[in-house]
Amino acid sequence: MAKKVALLQGNEACAHGALYAGCSFFGGYPITPSTEVAEVLSNELPKIGGKFIQMEDEIGAMASVIGASLTGAKALTATSGPGVSLKQELIGYACIAEVPCVIINVMRGGPSTGMPTGPGQSDVQQAKWGTHGDHATIALVPASCQEIFSETVRAFNLAEKYRMPVQVLYDEIVGHMRERIEFPEPGDLEVIDRAKPTVPPEQYKPYDTSFGDVPPLAAFGSGYRFHVTGLNKAQDGFPTTKAEYVDNEERRQIRKVEGEAARADIEKNDEYLTEDAEVLIFAYGSTSRSARYAVNELRKEGIKAGLFRPITLWPFPEKRIAALGKKVKTIIVPELNLGQMNLEVERVVKGACPVISIGRVDGEPINPGQIMAQVKEVK
Amino acid sequence: MAYDYDKYLRPGKLPHIWCPGCGHGIAMKGLIRAIDSCGLDKNNTAIVSGIGCASRLPGYVDFNTLHTAHGRAAAFATGVKMAKPEMNVIVVGGDGDGTAIGGNHFIHACRRNIDMTYVIFNNFIYGMTGGQFSPCTPTGDKASTTPYGNPDPIFDISKLAIGAGATFVARTTSFHATQIDKLIAEGIKHKGMAVIEVLDDCPTTYGRRNKFRSVVDMMKRLKEIAVPVAAASKMTAEQLKGKVLTGVLYKEEKPEYCEQYAKVIAKAQGA
Repeated sequence: MAKKVALLQGNEACAHGALYAGCSFFGGYPITPSTEVAEVLSNELPKIGGKFIQMEDEIGAMASVIGASLTGAKALTATSGPGVSLKQELIGYACIAEVPCVIINVMRGGPSTGMPTGPGQSDVQQAKWGTHGDHATIALVPASCQEIFSETVRAFNLAEKYRMPVQVLYDEIVGHMRERIEFPEPGDLEVIDRAKPTVPPEQYKPYDTSFGDVPPLAAFGSGYRFHVTGLNKAQDGFPTTKAEYVDNEERRQIRKVEGEAARADIEKNDEYLTEDAEVLIFAYGSTSRSARYAVNELRKEGIKAGLFRPITLWPFPEKRIAALGKKVKTIIVPELNLGQMNLEVERVVKGACPVISIGRVDGEPINPGQIMAQVKEVK
Repeated sequence: MAYDYDKYLRPGKLPHIWCPGCGHGIAMKGLIRAIDSCGLDKNNTAIVSGIGCASRLPGYVDFNTLHTAHGRAAAFATGVKMAKPEMNVIVVGGDGDGTAIGGNHFIHACRRNIDMTYVIFNNFIYGMTGGQFSPCTPTGDKASTTPYGNPDPIFDISKLAIGAGATFVARTTSFHATQIDKLIAEGIKHKGMAVIEVLDDCPTTYGRRNKFRSVVDMMKRLKEIAVPVAAASKMTAEQLKGKVLTGVLYKEEKPEYCEQYAKVIAKAQGA
């Protein structure tokens, strides 16, 4: 039987991806350009007995998502840069308390209110460093409507598997673009549920590392009574300021994402003509679409250009970029900000080759011509 | 006969962090007696708090407990209740946590009339952070950030809750210890948003700055300012000056939020 297809906006695809992943709770607050995610879910969630709540503000939305997740629900919120700024304290809470949830950030331009209807990729460092304290981050950056669907599913999977908040960042261009979507059948994409405890309730500790770096998480109301706090805590979940607990716990929570095996599982990239590339373009989201076009045009002219497109932005693909940096003559980083990920590429390349930023913050997309001109200039 | 609280306390988690003379212990015991008298199942009850002295309560009691972030308890609790309406959800927190940083969540939980019981420990001060003034510190009183006397007017929490749409609102004090459990129990049984304001005392950061020589002095004041609703109806405005009404201040039956959303689900599913 032919698969169901539809012409969907990126934001609509996101909502359907969430439903595919088993999302049963959405708590949000309206903000452009993310609102269609909420609108679709307000319509679809009650049909499957799920819950949609429009909270009084962004912080309340994030709080409701964490509360819902602790009852066992797969919970989602969708917002934009200023909304993420407000949610940051609680994103940190979800990190330290290790509560699975997904945060969609449809990025607009500028600090503060910026350009509500204009595209931006200006929250890519906010995703990593926005909340306070040391913590690991998982952030995904899909570049098409189909990919928004599948990466939203993967975001839920990673949130459940690693017991933490996962952010999906895409810019307004992809969020409001309409493309043909092929709906996967149940089973086509993997759907992961969080590990539940198998020990008797009286033995359960919510941060028991004898089960590995990601301890099983019970649901409120399931017979396992436990304590959750944003304070540094011991394995039983109760607050502690004992140096060895605090240090071990913080390091474990970073290791569970940035350890070698976890990175191999979480990192996902798309490489296009990088094998023999002399000039590498590092681009993500809508910008990567212009970059791919530019690579094709440059190849026609005999210029060996290649594209590295991270789909997982955080943790950053450090090893691969460092290796490519040693192989190519130059790396060019076009992005809809003034060089945020350029900094990260520079950091891991460590001077092995020049890294050049193409930044744009005027509300217009980076077009292939801009990238081609830059490549020709450095070649 | 002494009441056995052990059934509801977590082994090994006491002593609590509250200062000698703090009213929070009295309020916690009232809460436990209320939960017991309502026969709530521990597995099916969540206690949620924000930040501050009162917000440490969930650590001591054996339920599904959630100690959240500054002011956000009602919003976390809304997520818990919405996702699992069969759970009994109780929120505990202080006056600063609930009505300053958490004011927005508090009033909107009231507006929704979501079925939770919010016990607000009003000790007129930010205790844990060292005695800064809260929206409930009486005008003119001293706090660590009002060394010349507090210039701010105060919130009347119970009136705020009624105005925002809570359908059960009651007030008592830590002096009136036996009334605490009765009012909380009534709030738990009420379908909808129940707010129980417990005026209590903070000898460490409020009392000592405001000429209460002892905890007993503070308790005496709570006793003196409290006027039961029935008695107040026979008093003149002059007699009621400086007093606070206690007992059930407001009660009405109105559609509850989760039940309303259940209707949305039924409609979406074609009922």
